[in-house]
Amino acid sequence: MLDISVAYNRFRFIGQEFLTWLWYMIATGRYTDIIDKDKNISLSIGDRMVLENRNSKDIEIITIKGNQADLKEGMVALTKGALVAELSLVIHVNDLPWKLTLKGESLDMTNLKTPATGRPETADDLEGAFLEKVDLYETSFHITEQLYHNFFKQRISNDWDNRIKTKIKTWIETQN
Amino acid sequence: MGILSSSSSVVRYRVKGKVKEPLLDTIAHGLNKYRISEPDNNSDDKISGWTSFINPYLPDFSGSSFMYDPYVVFSLRIDKKSIPSKTIQKQYVTEITRRLANNDRTYISRHEKKEIKDRVISSLGMRIPATPNIYDVIWFPEKSSLWFFSTLKSANEEIESLFLKSFALSLIRLFPYTQAFYMEGFSDREKDKLNKLSPSNFAAARIN
Repeated sequence: MLDISVAYNRFRFIGQEFLTWLWYMIATGRYTDIIDKDKNISLSIGDRMVLENRNSKDIEIITIKGNQADLKEGMVALTKGALVAELSLVIHVNDLPWKLTLKGESLDMTNLKTPATGRPETADDLEGAFLEKVDLYETSFHITEQLYHNFFKQRISNDWDNRIKTKIKTWIETQN
Repeated sequence: MGILSSSSSVVRYRVKGKVKEPLLDTIAHGLNKYRISEPDNNSDDKISGWTSFINPYLPDFSGSSFMYDPYVVFSLRIDKKSIPSKTIQKQYVTEITRRLANNDRTYISRHEKKEIKDRVISSLGMRIPATPNIYDVIWFPEKSSLWFFSTLKSANEEIESLFLKSFALSLIRLFPYTQAFYMEGFSDREKDKLNKLSPSNFAAARIN
């Protein structure tokens, strides 16, 4: 394994490609082929997206936010060579909602909101409340890890250059 | 923004190495050794250490109070003293004016000014209480995994350093490269491809 700080900077593009791929997978509904079939899981794009274009001389950052945000601007940025740097995601599992923002370069999760749990009234309730909350965190971590696992599998395969990249480019072009 | 909050931020780590047996004793020893101490009676501007998840203001790691089987749960507390710059300026100017008047002087050297400023900061630091910042930690020794409930750079640097000192185990932050490296289901040959990846370009006008 490479030195951590070297790897962080050299391969920050992998996380941004992952989020761009994820947007494509959600928009085309293809994500249903790669997540647990035994659970009723649905994914949608949340209320915030940040795109970053490092192809030009200066780094260009495009932020799109709001519940009714039009992602058209994001699509235009993709055609110019931008990648998704941050993505808000809404995950429903059996109709229960998880909301979170994934950051491409680090895969850190921010603004993570799990389905509501009861507040512990006494010290004795605390352990139960804790374990319930951990279980809810595990659900969102498991799904995002599963998505990343699938992305990585595709990313290192010959299919990436031969087929998948072309499909993503075609999707971007048809949206503009 | 802790474990039970309605909204949280999480950084995931892989713990490199195994905890020395007996697990409970080793963890209790590490937590107690670097338990936070009260900073208010000294002039340190920052102090950090482990504290209890249940009561972060009265750290207590007795018995198995930090075990929520199979998880180990505690918090990192970083207490910082923050003296408003205007308060420093007020005390500093007051002291300089007093010295000039008392000694019937018109000038104070740069060296003396620095000495006055340092003394003002030190004196205010003794009187101003530190502000505690608490960041929860969930450690799952069986899976060598740890979740830290803050994405702040300074807090993450602090836990990485304190964890190593406390338990002689390093934390490896999971970001795209390391997460791919530690993922199960890939052969060494497949993981080697990771180091050879180069950026893809989805831009419409370019041909890759």
